[in-house]
Amino acid sequence: MMRGRSLTAGPVLPVLMAVLVFGGWEAAVHLLSISKIVLPPPSAIVLALWEAVGSAEFHWHLLITLWEIVAGFALGSLGGLALGFIVALSPLAERLVYPYIVAFQTLPKVAVAPIIVIWFGYGLSSKIIITATIAFFPLLANTIMGLRAAPADQIEMLVSCTATRWQVFRMVRMMAALPYIFVGLDVAIVLSVIGAIVGEFVGAKAGLGFLLMQKNFNFDMAGTFAILVVLSLIGVVLHAIVQAVQRRVIFWMDTAGDRPVSL
Amino acid sequence: MAEGAFLRISQVAKTYAAKDGSSVQALTAIDLDIREGEFVTVVGPSGCGKSTLLKILAGLLPRSAGEVTIQGRPLAGPNPALGVVFQAPVLLPWLTILENVMLPAKVQKLDPALARTRARELLAMAELDGFENRYPSELSGGMQQRAGICRALVHDPSILLMDEPFGALDAMTRETMNEELQRIWSEKRKTVLLVTHSIPEAIYLADRIVVMAPRPGHIVEVVEVDLPRPRTLDMQNTPEFGRYVRRLREHFRAGGMVAA
Repeated sequence: MMRGRSLTAGPVLPVLMAVLVFGGWEAAVHLLSISKIVLPPPSAIVLALWEAVGSAEFHWHLLITLWEIVAGFALGSLGGLALGFIVALSPLAERLVYPYIVAFQTLPKVAVAPIIVIWFGYGLSSKIIITATIAFFPLLANTIMGLRAAPADQIEMLVSCTATRWQVFRMVRMMAALPYIFVGLDVAIVLSVIGAIVGEFVGAKAGLGFLLMQKNFNFDMAGTFAILVVLSLIGVVLHAIVQAVQRRVIFWMDTAGDRPVSL
Repeated sequence: MAEGAFLRISQVAKTYAAKDGSSVQALTAIDLDIREGEFVTVVGPSGCGKSTLLKILAGLLPRSAGEVTIQGRPLAGPNPALGVVFQAPVLLPWLTILENVMLPAKVQKLDPALARTRARELLAMAELDGFENRYPSELSGGMQQRAGICRALVHDPSILLMDEPFGALDAMTRETMNEELQRIWSEKRKTVLLVTHSIPEAIYLADRIVVMAPRPGHIVEVVEVDLPRPRTLDMQNTPEFGRYVRRLREHFRAGGMVAA
């Protein structure tokens, strides 16, 4: 029993699993002599990754994509947050704006990307706008929901000591919205990576998405996979940053990160 | 106006609109005069409207008829002359205990330095000194409710309204809290209206007990409690205390309710 527990809890099994997966992959490619332009072995991907890390050209593309992600995320989430507050505060704004929000939310945002590239060109701004459009909705929806989530007894308590509507909003409703807003930020940051890459696919002169297309055209599969690894690392790191900020801001909730995600 | 009527409740009624369109009478023609500094408890089976009455007094629920006055001034909505203690402590989890206790002072824009001093005094009185900078989740249920009582007192209200404040606590903690509350009341001399469904609690704390019955909520009897103060928990085993218990229990039985 003790042996079984320490085996499932320790690092042994995950490491064994990784050896099996990557070792099996490497072996399969060589044994079945799968062509490099179909599936590169892990060793070739690691090599491509190593070359990329040392290449100034790669750094340039990486920085451009990072900038598109971060700027688009900031723009989109600030916009979503602001409109969320307006809709939550003003019943009139809600009546006027909400139908469009719902209609636009069901629309796949990537389908709008080609239009945005036509409007804003092949430079950075079109990618930032595409990313912002995608980051906007999770923040909007979660802000509206969060600002309505304050427990009735907390509001009642404040009202009983003569709090005004605005005081209730500031002292309780805004604080109760924070966990929801962070769920929105977490979803938005991950979607922002998708937004930037999709934007670059549609039309760009630089960036990791652009580089990925280029390598794909040249049948450089190891290079393509290396970029995928970098992209997923970017996503993981950005997600971890949002989580770390969330833990500091919403310190009174230890399980806020486990709330159901809503888009 | 009768002399000594500090808080006057006259002909207060509450009618709810039910979902099917009919109306439900929750309270009918409640008359009650409370003297300054008096400790009044309200008992009755669930559905007798005792919490509804308290919510109306707290200004959290509009009344359908009747009038409430404090020192002759009509009461409309929440009032800084009132402090309310709820069944749950309702502390805000992102504020420290001190900040929670100071909340009403902040809402009413009272002098922060003065409020801080008062909050610290109250916390010391409730034996919560040393916990000022802790967060609510670090305190036990009983401690949280004591902080809730401090919060209700921080703006120095003349009337304390308490809605089953110890209902969520275990029996042992509840008895301690009753002793504690008696001590706080004897120090601060507030007028208190406390709603409870515990007969011993109602007797132990009260100068007068208001017994209510349901369908529709009304007052059936007001019992003067002639036990000497300060009261001790041991007093609950005396024949005098027992007589009050039996008298209150009669009402619960008459209403077809099982005694608490």
